[in-house]
This record gives sequence, structure tokens and C-alpha cells, in this order.
Amino acid sequence: MTTFIIRRIATIIPTLIFVSLLIFGLQQLLPGDPAMILAGEERDPTVIAHLRETMHLDQPFPVRYLYWLRGVLHGDLGESLRLQQPVRGLIADKLPVTLELACIAIVIALVIGIPAGVVSAVKRGTAWDYGANVVALWGLSTPNFWLGIMLILLFSVTLGWLPASGYVSPFEDWRANLASMIMPAFVLGNAIAAVLMRHTRSAMLQVLSSDYVRTARAKGVLERDVVLKHALRNALIPIITLGALEFGTLLSGAVLTEQVFTIPGFGKLIVDAVFNRDYAVVQGVVLFTATAYIVLNLVADVAYAIVNPRIRVQ
Amino acid sequence: MPNGFRRCALIVVCALLSVINAHAQTLRIGLAEDPDVLDPTLARSFVGRIVFAALCDKLFDIDEKLNIVPQLAASYEWSADSKALTIKLRPDVTFHDGEKLDAAAVKYSLERHKTMAGSNRRGELAPLATVDVVDAATVRLNLTAPFSPLLAQLADRAGMIVSPKAAQAAGDKFGAKPVCAGPFKFVERVAQDRIVLERYANYWNKGDVHFDRVVFLPIPDSTVRLANLRSGQLDFIERLGSSDVPQVKADSRFRLTKITEIGYQGITINLGKSDLAQKNPLGRDPRVREAFELALDRDGIVQVANDGEGDAGNQWVAPTNPFYAKTVPIPARNLARAKALLQEAGVTNPSFTLMTPTTADAQRIAQVVQAMAREAGFDIKIQSTEFATSLDLADKGQFDAYVLAWSGRADPDGNIFSFDGCKQPLNYAGYCKPEVDDILNRSRTTRDVAERTKLFGELAAIVLKDRPIVYLYHRHWLWAYASKIEGLRPIPDGLVRVTGVRFK
Repeated sequence: MTTFIIRRIATIIPTLIFVSLLIFGLQQLLPGDPAMILAGEERDPTVIAHLRETMHLDQPFPVRYLYWLRGVLHGDLGESLRLQQPVRGLIADKLPVTLELACIAIVIALVIGIPAGVVSAVKRGTAWDYGANVVALWGLSTPNFWLGIMLILLFSVTLGWLPASGYVSPFEDWRANLASMIMPAFVLGNAIAAVLMRHTRSAMLQVLSSDYVRTARAKGVLERDVVLKHALRNALIPIITLGALEFGTLLSGAVLTEQVFTIPGFGKLIVDAVFNRDYAVVQGVVLFTATAYIVLNLVADVAYAIVNPRIRVQ
Repeated sequence: MPNGFRRCALIVVCALLSVINAHAQTLRIGLAEDPDVLDPTLARSFVGRIVFAALCDKLFDIDEKLNIVPQLAASYEWSADSKALTIKLRPDVTFHDGEKLDAAAVKYSLERHKTMAGSNRRGELAPLATVDVVDAATVRLNLTAPFSPLLAQLADRAGMIVSPKAAQAAGDKFGAKPVCAGPFKFVERVAQDRIVLERYANYWNKGDVHFDRVVFLPIPDSTVRLANLRSGQLDFIERLGSSDVPQVKADSRFRLTKITEIGYQGITINLGKSDLAQKNPLGRDPRVREAFELALDRDGIVQVANDGEGDAGNQWVAPTNPFYAKTVPIPARNLARAKALLQEAGVTNPSFTLMTPTTADAQRIAQVVQAMAREAGFDIKIQSTEFATSLDLADKGQFDAYVLAWSGRADPDGNIFSFDGCKQPLNYAGYCKPEVDDILNRSRTTRDVAERTKLFGELAAIVLKDRPIVYLYHRHWLWAYASKIEGLRPIPDGLVRVTGVRFK
């Protein structure tokens, strides 16, 4: 198991170097002069020249990359030129918010998606199955921003139960925090639940028709145990991968949902940074999320190995 | 008896505390964007100026009629040759850190605006040569040449005075915790979430401050901003969506205030920014540009693009502005004349690309202009381009025509000089005429309003015929707020002055 983990970690390093080059390189392809955007409405030529110098835009690409890489290796992701704040600090501010939102959303998705998928597979062809499929289809086809605005109109404007938008830290007031997170987390979790439900259903159907399940049933194992202990455990492997990937996507920022609910997380941070050509923020946040993604994949791989010992041997 | 006394005292204290608590009032304002850095020297955005209006007082301010009125200045006097401005300061002003606001602080701030690396105020104060401290309460600003827009510049960020002690200590990080002399002091900022200000107890005009806190919350989506107002989480929102006006008007819990902006919406035409200008009949032939303008119904554009929430206009200032050139009124739509002009120019179906940022209002303008001009024979292709990219293309002259808005400045100079002066930074049209430069420069050297009005009239006669920019309309700033709010002053720059505002 240890060798397996070490081997997997070793593959991360070249991936990260490649990713850092890709992030930096792709950003240079973005059209528009960042200095001109950051110079604001007046676009004073002396300000533009100063910004170009500060951002090393007057240097060739490899030099700019090395400047950035040197900073990254020293733990310095640069400074937002628009907000005059260190990128590391911005990430540290936004990460807990996005992490909390992603965790609540994924819990909502798991609580809805997996049981619905299991019921749908076990009760295949019945009203339960059709009902779960309709719900999944609704979850998949409802745009997040539309659902978000509808929830705001219902629960905030009409009923007045929940705040329309904004974020309160759990350390300030945990009740207010929960109230501000429940709608955006539901919007995000709802879409993921639908995907999880579909995948759980198909994985369960496949497993339920396999030989060992038939053997278990022939041996007289209780149907509940067949489903939960024998079938679900195997069916969970692709679901874990999917869950990790969806969680990674949530970490990289649920852009529209954060925009609608004005949640100050990664999504809003990166969108604003891209539109304002705040290169340091874009590079820092993308590098961070790419790293998080890679690490989550590693965690998923290790989880496979725990759930299915054959993977370790292979 | 002592126990009874204690009980009574406790009740009185509790009652007093509850009264104090009841009066602790917070004004929550919904902003359309997240402001950039809160350093008056480095700040660049319009929305940041809304926060500064509560945080940093300026030497001067503007009133409802765009008159310049003293704020930190008590009085001022120009020298006979208009090359020196002497300002007497209010005697009783302190910064939020308790330091005294005196002539030395003014000198420091103005010099900081002039010399700090990356300062956005340097251009605004370009004619300012030196600042003399005459005495503790008097400064003299010495100019290289007379500069009539100076007072208007000092009524904006260039006139904001910062605490020298705090600015020296913080260096270029001053924006993280700005220390000024406004009615509210900085408490905290969570980027993209909130900016919290607290009443400054020693404010020079504290009688006009009626809130303990002001909280600014950036909420970019106008529907969500309005939902927050309707659910009671906000007291005030700026830039209400024009399509939401009927909804606010129909609800007695809210009020609406409209102010015509000092900026404009217009279409910039490439006249000489690149070779592309001469390859297109629109850039090449003034008759084609005239035909294009005559094909447009400005009132119709306001109706369709902005739900009627704007005033049609054909100049860099609104028709209600004292500097509006009445000799060049808004031309009425005239399709027959437009077609005749195209015939005369030998291009009955001119074709060009209209570049537009991806914002909803700019796209609506482009679509309605396309439809109107088609009736005169124009074939317009709309090119929707992300804002930063569009700006880059405009700067390189890679466009035929470009839908572009300007937030406006109090002095008309701020709406025209940088756009129509040869080689000026905002002259995307590539327009350059020595006689225009001459008038622009002369309008800067005279302070006489009648003389300046005459010069702007001369300018209008030339520029509006050449059409580097076809001005379309001036938007209404739309403010929606809880009906318990009173005392709001609608100033055309669209910035909310929180002094004088209170809950009923």
C-alpha cells in the first residue's frame, strides 16, 4: 500500500510542472492588454507603463515564467494589482468559504443521489424508478442560476425565511452561516445529486446482475444485505471517482452560483480576475485549484485501493 | 433600601443601553461591482468613488446643479493670471487617526497624487507644478499654465486628502486600511463581500451624520440586488436595472430616484486610428457618417435599449448641462436625407462592423442601431467582444465602430479633452485636428463661464460634424431604497453622499 501511494505521489510532480506551464502559457494567450484594463477608465499612459513594468510584461515569456515560478517556489503567488492584496491571502480568505460550500453541497448530493440511485436500481421499472429518473432529469436540466433566483424569490423575498445573498462566517454566527449557505449548497448539490443518482443506478444494475450477487441470493443472504453489503460496496467505486471529480469542480469555483448568491468564494474571485486581467490572481487560483484537483484524484485512487484490494496488486 | 436602589439603577442602565442600541443604525448599500483598491491616489473605478464619498472628504465637491462647492476648503481665490489657486482650509478638521488636517497634509496628499508610482491622479493634476504651505490653514497651488478644470478635479479623487502619518507608514499598502477625513472611518474589507465603515466621532460636520455604520455590499446581479432590497437585507441599491423600475414604483415600501448622468453612451467611429479607417466608407466619408446619424432615432434607442430611462443627447454633455451647445441641437431622424447622402457619397448600402462589449445594455444599443440604420441602407454586422479584448482592439484601431460608454466628469473638459485631442489616451477614433486642439486648450485656460460656453459651442460645430463619436443618450442613475430613508441628494455624478441621509 505504501509503495502504491509513493508511486502515485511521484507522478504528481511532473504533472504539476506541466500544469504550471500550461496555466502561465494559456494566460498569455488571453486577448487584451492587462495593463490597459487595470489602468481604469482614464488609461493614463504613465500608469500603463508602470503596470507593464510591475507585471514584467516588458520581459519575454520565459523570463516572466521564471519570475512567477521563483515566487511560487518561495510560497509567494504574487499580488492582486486590482485589490493590492497578496494572492495567498485572497486564497486563504476564499478557500474556507468555497470549501464549506462544496462540503455542504456534496453532502446534499450524496444524501439525495446515492439512495435515489440504489432505490431506482432495486425497484427497476416501478413508479419509484420513474420518479427518481424524473427528479434526476429535473436536476440535470435546471440551470443553476435560474434555480438560484427562483429560490431567492421564494425563500427570501416572498417568505422572508432566508437571506437573499451574502456570507456570514460560522465563527461569527453559525446559524446565520447555515442560513446563508443552504440555498447555494442546495442549488449545487441538486445538480450533482442527479449525476450521482444516474451513475449509482447504472452501476448498481450492473452489479446486481453479476454472478456473485446471484450466488449470495442463492445462499439465502437477506436482500437488504445483498444490496447494501455486496452490491453497493462494489458499485461505489465509480461513484467515488465521480464524487471526487465533482468535489474538485466545486473547489475550482461554482461560478454562477457564487455570482447569484454573492458568495465570496473562488468562483467570484477567478471570474473577476479574468475580466480584469488580474494575472497574478488568475495564475495563483488556477494553480491552487489544479493542485487540489490532482491531490483529490490521488485521494480517490487511494480510496479505490482501500475499497478494492485488487487495484493495489495491479 | 440599598437593594431597591441597586435594582432601580440596574433598570435605568438597561433602559439606557436599550435606547443606545435602538439608535445604533446601519445603512446597508448594495453596489453593482466590487470596488478596486481604496487608495484615492491609485483608485481607478467608478464604484470605488461611491465608497470614497463616505470615507474621504475632498477639497471641493459638486452640488445638484454641478456647481463646485467647498468641502475641506473653507474658501479659495485665484491669482490674477489664473496660475495660482490659494485655498483656505477648514480649521477644525482631523483625520480618522486623530491627526490634524492642515496645509502640510494637503501639500503631502497632492504631491503623493503627483509622484507616487502608478498614480492615476498624475494626469488629472498635470498642470500643478508646486504646492506652497502659506500658513497652517492655507495652501497655494502653483500651475504651469491656467487650468480651469482644476476645481472640478479637486472635487474628485485628486482632491481627497489622506493622513500623511498613515500614508507614510503604510506606503503602497495604504488602500488596505485607508485613513482619510470623511464622515465614516474604515473598519474592514472582505474582498467581493463587504466594506464596513463606522461613524467618525470627530467629523467636522458630524451633525449631518445619522448612521453609526455604513456597509457596502457588492452584488453584481441587478435582480439579486433588488431581491436583497425587497427582502429587507439592504436599505439602498445603486444602478437598479431599468426593467425593474415599474416593480419598484408599484411597491409602496420603496422609493426611486432618477438622476441624469454626467457621462454618455455613444458610438466611436474609427476615423484615423489605423488604415482600417480609410478602407471603410464610414471612416472615409463624412457624408456616410452624417447619413448614419440621421438614420438613428435617439428617443427610440433610449426606449428600446434602456426602457426609456435616459435622456437623448448628441453631445458630450446632456442637453440640460449649462455647457451644452444649443447651436447644435439633436438632429431628428431623417431617412430620406440619409438615403440622399448615401447616394451622393456613391455608397447606397455601406457595410461596417459595430464592435460592442458583451454587457446587456451595449448589446441592446447595437441591435437597435443595426435595425434603424438598415432602413437607410446600412448593413451593420455586430461583433460582440469581451470588454478587455474590445478595448485592446479599439486601442489598436482594429474596428470600424465601437459602442462605448463614459461615466463622465463634472467639468465638460473631462468628457471631451482625452477623447478628441490629438494622440490623447482615450482618442480611439484617431481624430486629430489642430483647430480642435487649439479650442480645447483655450477652454482650459479661461475660467470665464461665458467664454468657455462660447468655446464649447465652436468645438461642437466642428466635432459634431466630423463625428469621431456619435453621442446617443445619457442614462439615468437609478437608485432604489427603502421608503424610511430621507435626505438623499441626487448629484449627477451618481455617487451617494451619506451625509444628511437618515431613517425617518
